[in-house]
Amino acid sequence: MTANVIEVNNLEHSYGSVKAVDNISFSVQEGEIFSFLGPNGAGKSTVINILTTLRKIQKGEARVNGYDVAKESKSVRKSIGIVFQMLCLDYEMTVCENLEYHGKIYSMPKNERKKRIEELLKLTELENKRDTLAKDLSGGMKRRLELARGLMTKPAVLFLDEPTIGFDIQTRMRMWEYLREIKRAGTTIFLTTHYMEEADQLSDRISIIDHGKIIVTGTADELKNKLGKDLIYLETSDNKVAVDILRAIKSVKNVTEDTKSLRVMIGEDVTHVLPQIIEQIRQAEIDITTINIKKPSMDDVFVHYTGHDLREGEPQEKHEGMEIMGGSE
Amino acid sequence: MNFEFRAIYWRDMVKFFRYKSMLFSSLIQPVMWLAFFGLAMSESFDQLTALIPPIDGVQIVDYLSYMGAGIISMNVLFSSLFGGTVLMFDKQFSLLRETLASPVSRVNIILGVGLSGVTKAYIQTSIIIVFGKLLGMDFFMGYTLTETLIAIAGIFLFVGLFTLGFLFLSGSIAITIEKPEGMQSILTLLSMPIFFVSNALYPIDAFPAFLKFLSMFNPLTLLANGIRYFALGDNFSVIGNHYVYTTMDIGMSFLGLLFFALSMLAVSLWRFNKVDI
Repeated sequence: MTANVIEVNNLEHSYGSVKAVDNISFSVQEGEIFSFLGPNGAGKSTVINILTTLRKIQKGEARVNGYDVAKESKSVRKSIGIVFQMLCLDYEMTVCENLEYHGKIYSMPKNERKKRIEELLKLTELENKRDTLAKDLSGGMKRRLELARGLMTKPAVLFLDEPTIGFDIQTRMRMWEYLREIKRAGTTIFLTTHYMEEADQLSDRISIIDHGKIIVTGTADELKNKLGKDLIYLETSDNKVAVDILRAIKSVKNVTEDTKSLRVMIGEDVTHVLPQIIEQIRQAEIDITTINIKKPSMDDVFVHYTGHDLREGEPQEKHEGMEIMGGSE
Repeated sequence: MNFEFRAIYWRDMVKFFRYKSMLFSSLIQPVMWLAFFGLAMSESFDQLTALIPPIDGVQIVDYLSYMGAGIISMNVLFSSLFGGTVLMFDKQFSLLRETLASPVSRVNIILGVGLSGVTKAYIQTSIIIVFGKLLGMDFFMGYTLTETLIAIAGIFLFVGLFTLGFLFLSGSIAITIEKPEGMQSILTLLSMPIFFVSNALYPIDAFPAFLKFLSMFNPLTLLANGIRYFALGDNFSVIGNHYVYTTMDIGMSFLGLLFFALSMLAVSLWRFNKVDI
């Protein structure tokens, strides 16, 4: 039996007349990595801020590690670790001192602090940086130090708000390795991201969130399988007619029209269906100009459920965290 | 009771002693005031004093010693008034987030910041006293060792309350305001009247009645009174002005500073509880 570490029921939150979070319910089980995937402004950060008691809950109910975020905020705070979207280290202090400070404000006894710092420096491979000032670390190392800090008190849940925003792919992949390692050690992780690969690679379960609502929740495979086994992208000389032909084929689950191409979801193995599709379109004297077959990705899942590309919904404003966050290692 | 304020205090102290240039300048500044302004002014004022007939049985204090108390007050004023600025930068660069998201109560954060400010003020005060004595300041003249220690304890008590009051004030402004320029101008605006409408550097006897009245409520006047009482005694004259401090006077100064510090604590708690991150 696994217990729910996070339990959210009918959560709502508005800024003035703008509803940022709209009647959200979900739960996170002990030991899993749970992701909120959605564009900027979807309401992810608001949810994380409410769960970490940084923002007062307006409507609904939320429990973290069994504690009510509205009434037992102190107990909630003691149960969690947070890695904020923006880097927030004390740059004038060393790696060790940053961790030491964190242990102190959480009232950890001295010998426990010492032991934990050693463990975490090892985990995040910052052992030979222990006396380096935080400002002299590379961007990836700074993030790792924040990760170590978030884990300092052995929290029941680690919250990460866009943990790899602004990083290059190598740094990001290394970060994922650390997060998997943390999960293996038994920590529950709740993260928000707008990177498809991040949600896909890392999470046990994903909730796609858009305009303050959870659109769908499931494992990456479940979400992809709902789209069918394979996807075919087609460009033809007459898409309009081709759509009708395709829809009449039994193993075609769904057809959507893009500006130029058709996206065809196939319920069974594509190798058997493809000859049939080509044959039937040809018979209608329509030319196929391009054909492309792929397995459904999280991108496809996202487009399917929200009706738009993840990047379309993205506001163009600059990210506050970007400037202070270095790129690579 | 929890002691998390010690963590805040520890962090501030680590950084204070790490940056030698900042440490050095904050320590050297009071010495420069004493050495340049103090010595120059006291020469001219003491020539004036020589022309005024002494009052019988009243000790004449030279201007340097009078001003020494003022230099302590002034240094403590500026370092505490600008001491809260660090919180604004902490807030802006979101360093404060970690602390505000922790189980530490806001009062502990304020206390930690306050205590580190008091420590810095004590270091500055000690430097001025030691260096002033070397320059010939008449602090603790004719005191026994015990009397000197009591006097120093008294000075530290006053300096402590005063520093806390102004740190809480500047911390409240820092946490409320968004722009560094705004902070700078507010502090400059505040420091002018506080500094000049006080008896820190010169006697207020010749002030216009209105300013004189105002200056009596100025925490800087209350602090300078306290330091002079402990360092120079309860009966002395300087540049022809006769100073007599009764226990009542000093008690009122103390209560005034206590009231100031407590009300600023209340203000800062109110502001800190409003901080959203």
